[in-house]
Amino acid sequence: MEELRNKARELLETGTVQVVIGYARGSTAEKARAVFVCSAQQTQGLIFNEYCTQNLAVYLLKPEVKALGKPAVVARLPALRTVLQLAAEGQIADGQVVVLAVADDGKVTELADLPAVEKYLSGVSLALSAQQEELVARIEKMSREQRWAFWQEQFARCLKCYACRAACPMCYCARCVVDVNQPQWVPVAPHALGNLEWHLVRAMHLAGRCVNCGYCAEACPVGIPLNLLTLMLSREVAAEFGLTAGASTKKEYALSVYKPDDKEGFIR
Amino acid sequence: MAEFEPKIIAFVCNWCTYAGADLTGTSRIKYATNVRAIRLPCTGRIDFMLILKAFAQGADGVIVSGCHPGDCHYTAGNYHARRRWILFRKLLDYVGIDVRRITFSWVSAAEGAKWADLVNSVTEEIRKLGPFEEYRKLLPLGQEPVEVM
Repeated sequence: MEELRNKARELLETGTVQVVIGYARGSTAEKARAVFVCSAQQTQGLIFNEYCTQNLAVYLLKPEVKALGKPAVVARLPALRTVLQLAAEGQIADGQVVVLAVADDGKVTELADLPAVEKYLSGVSLALSAQQEELVARIEKMSREQRWAFWQEQFARCLKCYACRAACPMCYCARCVVDVNQPQWVPVAPHALGNLEWHLVRAMHLAGRCVNCGYCAEACPVGIPLNLLTLMLSREVAAEFGLTAGASTKKEYALSVYKPDDKEGFIR
Repeated sequence: MAEFEPKIIAFVCNWCTYAGADLTGTSRIKYATNVRAIRLPCTGRIDFMLILKAFAQGADGVIVSGCHPGDCHYTAGNYHARRRWILFRKLLDYVGIDVRRITFSWVSAAEGAKWADLVNSVTEEIRKLGPFEEYRKLLPLGQEPVEVM
């Protein structure tokens, strides 16, 4: 934690960045919240513990945060991938962000540019973890009727608060499809049809772009395991097209490229 | 009660399948009248939301059809569409939607007979599956599927 504070202080004192996006203690000791540290004195408030799960890269594109100046962002693996994916999608340019990577053992590494982030991630497996695979497999083992019942029960709790969208760093469209009302693609009211449509749209729009931070599910106030949808699609994108989101700054979005011999077994 | 007549929406591309369906007609081949074709410029234009909307409006089955790989009028629209379908079909299956209700196909402008066969067989398959009650139950109270024909 001291290492992180020192790095942050150094970055702010030297004027390398104007703001450090990090974590501070939340309303209780078991909670963490995002904090925007703009001066060296404030760096004492930075923390890093197991409750720091939010993907802070979500703030990189917010106009209010951009207005603060060049940022450094505290990032674990998913946020590191987010930075690369945002760069691949042309949302961040090299030199616009410094990343303070925190490894599982707590070691802090300052990554000054995007190639450094790529290099840092080059040795890391970005495939689904065994635990994530297991979560998806548990759904797939069900019969179709069970899956339908399972998801209907989950989606029935959806309030259409769009916390999942707000929490997601890849959901940055200035005008989201659910805000479009001519035509009204997704009904506004939280009823069964609109809820199903919203979650399918969200998952499809994140297919090949999701970096599996899982923060959509954590942000959901009613506990819908939304990450199960995107995890499955990430696995499929890797299996079918050999692509992984957030692995490099190279633009290769699974649904904007193709191979003439993409395999499928269902087209008649 | 009268026998259940499936309502099938076909999203077809302008250049191949729509022309193919035209050929079916000009060749005087008779086929099931259960299909309502919606012509779009290209399969690449077929947003997955359109398929969901078809079900929400009361379709029992959906056909999505366009040019064979390599034949796209816009060079690559069908390749992009194919990728989208691979993921979308998987996602529908994952949330428990019966994917037998969606048929993807390539029908060229010369395949009038294939179009008739496709529509006939899909109609029979959907007839066996019955009305898509599961999806219709999702509709908000008071909202009925649109009655067409």
